Amino acid sequence: MRWLVRGAVAAAVLAGLLGLARVIEGGLMEYAQRVLLLAGINVILAVGLNLINGTTGQFSIGHAGFMAVGAYTCAWVGQHLAPGVAGAVGAGAIADAISLNAALVSGAVTAALAGVIVGVPSLRLKGDYLAIVTLGFGEIIRIVFNNWKALGGATGYSGEDPAGLPAWTTLFWVYAWVVVIITVVRNVTFSQTGRSLIAIREDEVAAEAMATPTTRLKVVAFVLSAAAAGVAGGLFAHLQAGIRPEDFRLEKSIDMIVMIIVGGLGSITGAVVGGVFMAVALELMRDLEEYRLVLYALLLILIMILRPEGLFGSRELSFGWLRRKARGGEPAS
Amino acid sequence: MIRRRTLIALLTLSAVYAGCKKDGAAGGPAGATSGSAGPGAGSGEVVVGHYASMTGSEAHFGQDTDKAIRMAIDEVNGSGGVVGRKLKVVTVDTRGDAAEAANAVTRLIDVERSVAILGEVASSLSLPGGRIAQRRKIPMVSPSSTNPKVTEIGDYVFRVCFIDPFQGKVMAKFAKENLKIERVAVLKDQKSDYSIGLADAFKAAFEPTGGKIVVEQSYSKGDTDFSAQLTAIKNTDAQAIFVPGYYTDVGAIAKTAERLGVKLILLGGDGWDSPDLFKIGGNAINGAYFSNHFAPDAATPKAKKFVADFKAKHGVEPTGLGALGWDAAMVLVEAMKKAGGFEADAVRKALSETRDFEGVTGKITMDPQRNANKSAVVLKVVDGAAKYETTVEP
Repeated sequence: MRWLVRGAVAAAVLAGLLGLARVIEGGLMEYAQRVLLLAGINVILAVGLNLINGTTGQFSIGHAGFMAVGAYTCAWVGQHLAPGVAGAVGAGAIADAISLNAALVSGAVTAALAGVIVGVPSLRLKGDYLAIVTLGFGEIIRIVFNNWKALGGATGYSGEDPAGLPAWTTLFWVYAWVVVIITVVRNVTFSQTGRSLIAIREDEVAAEAMATPTTRLKVVAFVLSAAAAGVAGGLFAHLQAGIRPEDFRLEKSIDMIVMIIVGGLGSITGAVVGGVFMAVALELMRDLEEYRLVLYALLLILIMILRPEGLFGSRELSFGWLRRKARGGEPAS
Repeated sequence: MIRRRTLIALLTLSAVYAGCKKDGAAGGPAGATSGSAGPGAGSGEVVVGHYASMTGSEAHFGQDTDKAIRMAIDEVNGSGGVVGRKLKVVTVDTRGDAAEAANAVTRLIDVERSVAILGEVASSLSLPGGRIAQRRKIPMVSPSSTNPKVTEIGDYVFRVCFIDPFQGKVMAKFAKENLKIERVAVLKDQKSDYSIGLADAFKAAFEPTGGKIVVEQSYSKGDTDFSAQLTAIKNTDAQAIFVPGYYTDVGAIAKTAERLGVKLILLGGDGWDSPDLFKIGGNAINGAYFSNHFAPDAATPKAKKFVADFKAKHGVEPTGLGALGWDAAMVLVEAMKKAGGFEADAVRKALSETRDFEGVTGKITMDPQRNANKSAVVLKVVDGAAKYETTVEP
């Protein structure tokens, strides 16, 4: 019975999303759509990274590496899968959707595998040490792709077609994945596992003393977070129609960290807001020309001075909170 | 309390924002659904979009190109514009980032309603930008992206410069025939497809002529220590080093070579073309040769006028990239004039029919692959300036 209700809710959400996407695609210029797509991809990155950096308190500064793994896998798998799928079900939107989602899942899996490889040995480390290991990983991945001739080397990978990878990244699929990632991360965060992750963040020694399997849980959070970055990478690849190693520089990892810090470390709502902020802020300031980067930096400084805990702190926007607010009752926790 | 402070901060920000906002940019964007009139219809100014790295590590390239494009369009407007309409350049910054380059081109098409697009300098940014121009069927002319893949995107993407394989061939021919060099060491930037492409092209052209690549070394853009690579090169019998990198690294490499006593001739490509090369390299870079699009001191009357005008307006000599920016704008304007309007397909067709256009950087003819078929010059560094050495025909 519960499953039935949940399935119905999921179907309703997706149908609503599909309708909304159609309306937006019909009424909004492509430029605005592009910004919305980038915002969605940022949200996936930020919500994923927040699970490890915010909730678990383990600082990763190499997530661009996982994004790269996902992006390259997804682009390559998509290229090699599409002809077969199109042959089986006939070319069209359905074939594209199957190819894209299969490619995205494979991107998530390889990114998760990379997460296991990096996570298992290094999550025994704490604080700054983990940051250095992930930083190194991000750089190694980039250099590997830089020298991988079959994947285009430094020129990057854009498939067989000179016009680039197929434009599969549509509003519907980006936001469907946003819903999926947010749901998974939310369910993990508010489960027993999530409580244990928070315990690790607050005091790892105490958590260990309470028989929390700290290393195992850290690896779980890390791998989930890497998988989300992989999905975002795959969507990014098919939005840009091509990727190159330089797209996944250290700056990209830093951008992700800025998103979650602006939004509020440890808050899923905050990560969503931070991701959207990152995509929209610089585009809204286009009229300032070269000065927009100055104002952008100023904006970040102001946010940090006025709200050091980020826009949302560790609070969440939830149905329960809204209900309490509407009742005008006790303050939100 | 917090509320009030936030309010003050927001007010300050919006004041700054309003203050910085350019007059011309005021007024909302003309939405994509606002009417049936396509871009270029009506009788007002016609927008030509330019996307460039106005900020970031290659900002010098973008700014130089932008200055030259604006000069060219001012000149066209001064003599009556195109079919009676004035042109207006709108520049959008890419920050040297691929996602922003794609944003920039989409914005130029949707918000600024550009009839055609100029840019980018870097091939890695012309690729994402060009894919969008091609999909939206808006003609794009890249002034100086030399990677062959850029114009392979499709029939709406053009360039007014030569491509990397040709540049590699030029330096190989020059080394063999003019400098009589047999053995060359290659020192390339392993992070840059430009550098790798040029190194490969050089090798492919140099070896069949009987030349020998004695050693290949690599560095990464931004490295500060090149002594290991240069020591390895010193221990071979190489007569010259081919360094197809960008000016900042090349300057530092020349310095290190001098310190280590490596007295070999340095050879390079158009990535060297910046006054900063001489600032960073100092005396160490003297005697080096590089291929380029344009030599300010051995120019045609047209080029001499461009150099003089640029100097009068901006106080410095233009680089080859600036000259290419001017040519890109002028080739586009010629095509619009020939097409008798701004309709995208007509302009595209006129661009593909460009024949013997007398540009600042030489005669430009579009080949069937939409690449400019033109000669290259080799420059020699003498006393902190690049002097014309020879011209190599395609």
